[in-house]
Amino acid sequence: MTPNSVAIVGAAETTNLGKLPDMGQVMLHADAALNAMKDAGLTAKDIDGVATAGHNPAELAHYLGITPTWADGTSVGGCSYMIHIRHAVAALESGLCNTVLITHGESGRSRAGALASPVFANHYDQQFELPYGVSIAPTRFTLPVMRMMKDTGLTVEQLAMVAVVQREWAAFHPRASYRDPITVDDVMNSKMIAYPFRKLMCCLVTDGGGALILTRADRAMDFPTKPVYVRGVGESLESPAISQMADMTSSRAFRTSGKLAFDSAGISHADVDHLMIYDAFAHLPIYGLEDLGFVGRGEAGPFIAEGNTRPGGKLPLNTNGGGLSYMHSGMYGMYALQESVRQMRGISPAQVDGAEISVCHGVGGMFTASGTVVMTNVA
Amino acid sequence: MTDRFVPKPTPETRHYWDGAKAGELRLQRCTACQQTYFPPRPFCPECGSRSVAVYTASGNGTLYSYIINNIGAPGREPPFAVAIVELEEGPRLMSNIVECDQTPEALVLDMPLEVTFEVLTDEITLPQFKPAKGA
Ligand SMILES: [Zn+2]
Repeated sequence: MTPNSVAIVGAAETTNLGKLPDMGQVMLHADAALNAMKDAGLTAKDIDGVATAGHNPAELAHYLGITPTWADGTSVGGCSYMIHIRHAVAALESGLCNTVLITHGESGRSRAGALASPVFANHYDQQFELPYGVSIAPTRFTLPVMRMMKDTGLTVEQLAMVAVVQREWAAFHPRASYRDPITVDDVMNSKMIAYPFRKLMCCLVTDGGGALILTRADRAMDFPTKPVYVRGVGESLESPAISQMADMTSSRAFRTSGKLAFDSAGISHADVDHLMIYDAFAHLPIYGLEDLGFVGRGEAGPFIAEGNTRPGGKLPLNTNGGGLSYMHSGMYGMYALQESVRQMRGISPAQVDGAEISVCHGVGGMFTASGTVVMTNVA
Repeated sequence: MTDRFVPKPTPETRHYWDGAKAGELRLQRCTACQQTYFPPRPFCPECGSRSVAVYTASGNGTLYSYIINNIGAPGREPPFAVAIVELEEGPRLMSNIVECDQTPEALVLDMPLEVTFEVLTDEITLPQFKPAKGA
């Protein structure tokens, strides 16, 4: 890709977030899409590329009245939207389409109009993991952490601090699910879910959606909002089964996707003003900081606990409060992208003054997939 | 009968489940590059060779990582551990740790384990691990 060849010219979340039992999954997609089209001053007739995860892109296109010349149904979990951006950049650069709509909608809490499984089914899971009583994500995504703690010195208190610091960021956001301050003791005294993980180290379960509209940068000034350029992108996959993760103290998908994004953007870590790392659970920002190369092995826990990522710290991280406090419908990546766009537009309720480069890093499945997007507001 | 999740073997994994039913943990090894691998497939993921052999593993391993599920799962009463076992032959796989207290005090990383088998149905027996004798 060429850095800054494509811009995000429309971005919006659903009108409401949280508990939305009266809106089915397809309408969550559509509500966000309509809001993003309004944001960009476009209608469905102006869209010729569609991408979504956990839902058939054909239904989305037909529901919205779009006639696509390009579609992407990559559905590898919550980072699918980061991966859609990478694929959209390639499609737009090569002229396969002109205006791409990426949508997310998930009735994670109310299960209104929900479909069976948002992620591709796989045999590893069916034969070699589900029989052992792994159930919802907190009982399996957390499996590598005891190894991480033994091998790198990460502590449970440091994991608790991830939740504490992100709650500080959520306090800025009127739309965040949880905004009241919490302490390490609050986290350590919350209900045990999957030892060593307690409730406040685990993400919310809410309803909502989000959408993005992308076009080639030469058209970006024709839209009403400040363009946010896609400066770099990366993606990768590892295993659909967490038991088959090659190194439980480091994600190969994170390392691969992150390096592709930084290299394609031509940036170094010192250039990054704002960072989002998909946090379904408190250990993900730890893995992300280390695997993206912001800190060395074993350093991310102390880095967060010492306050480097909190408001006023040198590396603002998960400034919407993340999946732990803002919202988490299931495939949270879209909300991380929305906060990066807000930061690059200069309109986040937790705005980082003067931020010019934002890195938005996603995970899909249980360390199964990764997508990384580098955004900038400087053409 | 059980309301536990019961795996359905596929043509490529049949030897593994047949082995478990016979009380053996069966792995595959590439006869070209000698790599032992898991999950089962009729070719080597290291070198691509289709020349692979099924053999009976030692059944020895160590506790690589785990969580203790406190919220339950279909047919399972919490708390129970879900573990990653590192086999002597190299591959890792998911297991429960049976015949052992389901507590952090009893479940110590790198402790030696040995395979045992849990009959789920007439068709399916599940490989499981327990603390190794004499450990
Ligand atoms: Zn081989």
